[in-house]
Amino acid sequence: MGSNIADQSEEKTWDGGSVKPMGASYGKMMMWFFIVSDALTFSGFLAAYGLTRFKFIDIWPIADEVFTHFPFMHGVHAPMYYVALMTFILIFSSVTMVLAVDAGHQMNKKKVTFYMFLTIIGGIIFVGSQAWEWKNFIQGSYGAVQLKDGKIVQFVKDGHQIALGDFVVGKHEQKQHTRNNGLWFEDGETIPNYTVEEVFEAFKSNEEVLLRIERIDPETKQKIIVSREEGLKYLSQSARVVEGANLEVNEYGSAQFADFFFFITGFHGFHVFSGIVLNIIIFFNVIIGTYEKRGHYEMVEKVGLYWHFVDLVWVFVFTFFYLV
Amino acid sequence: MGHGASHKALIWKVFGILSVITIVEVVLGIIKPEFLFKTQFLGTSILNSLFIILTIVKAYYIVYYFMHLNDEKKNFKYSIVLPLVILIPYLATLLIIEGGYVHDTLAPYINWAY
Repeated sequence: MGSNIADQSEEKTWDGGSVKPMGASYGKMMMWFFIVSDALTFSGFLAAYGLTRFKFIDIWPIADEVFTHFPFMHGVHAPMYYVALMTFILIFSSVTMVLAVDAGHQMNKKKVTFYMFLTIIGGIIFVGSQAWEWKNFIQGSYGAVQLKDGKIVQFVKDGHQIALGDFVVGKHEQKQHTRNNGLWFEDGETIPNYTVEEVFEAFKSNEEVLLRIERIDPETKQKIIVSREEGLKYLSQSARVVEGANLEVNEYGSAQFADFFFFITGFHGFHVFSGIVLNIIIFFNVIIGTYEKRGHYEMVEKVGLYWHFVDLVWVFVFTFFYLV
Repeated sequence: MGHGASHKALIWKVFGILSVITIVEVVLGIIKPEFLFKTQFLGTSILNSLFIILTIVKAYYIVYYFMHLNDEKKNFKYSIVLPLVILIPYLATLLIIEGGYVHDTLAPYINWAY
């Protein structure tokens, strides 16, 4: 009855007035609608990733072979353990957030403060982990060679990928040019540790080293390893040595793989960062008693919605980048 | 949800469910059971479909219990859930079909013999 006539009440209309057809306050409802639009943005990104992946379905990098690092365990092949840990950190900080909201409903200022603090710590650990993940991805672990037509080839020995440093002997003394010793020099590409010729010579003289191409065998779902003769033919087309990843080329395979990785995990990481900032603001408001005076802790609930949403997006990023 | 009633037991239960699902996903992702990994169904392996289903289950628990959507009024609940449930699968389906088509068209032109 009251919902379709102009609100005549004396209450402040900034908060939506007294009529609440949705049964939620203005701020909470708008937080939900923001989340809906942000969810659609992320689905757009992930769907674009899906499109690109299906477009290159037979040459897409295999996630298990890309993300293999774990802190303090050097050289150990640990696929997925690290991202699983990150997922747990984020789920756990979601739990502390919902506990803070729960404590807010009981007007328990002390508990809200404590759980908000834990949530912020969890968020910071997560962003730090993501930075470490990026560092490993950018540095790379094996190195590869890019052919003249853009294909990436990697090196294997006894069925396992090996690093360029394991079999190539670098003798060249080419130095990275820096800005302080060149008058006009601004910036240049990082010079890889080995030249194309050195890699070719090393491959020729090491009989056990084989070449792995980007293509995936549909039967075994593994990257195809080619014979020595074919490998030499491939390598004679070498254009440059690739170590690590950037937006233009990466040692794992398709350039779009790194592009999407940087873009989507970066966009998500930025959301986490914003969430931490919002949480810190609310945390201090809780400490100085703003919500105690207001009589309710709804702001904690609203920022909590955003924080859970960030967790929700990570659940999907985890699935589509690391599992599927 | 009124003042006073604590949902602590429910929160820890949901945390337990989310943890178990994540552990199952990671274990499946590491051992990749032959049967699930190699069997193709609807354009992808059964294992991948399983991962996506488990993810949606996780999303349901986060949205309905952590974000308390379950406690909202019905019209509010559906004004949030329906746009997502309708638009996301629609977009994803179209783009993935398109990606498959582009692959079928372009892949034969990639030269693998040197």
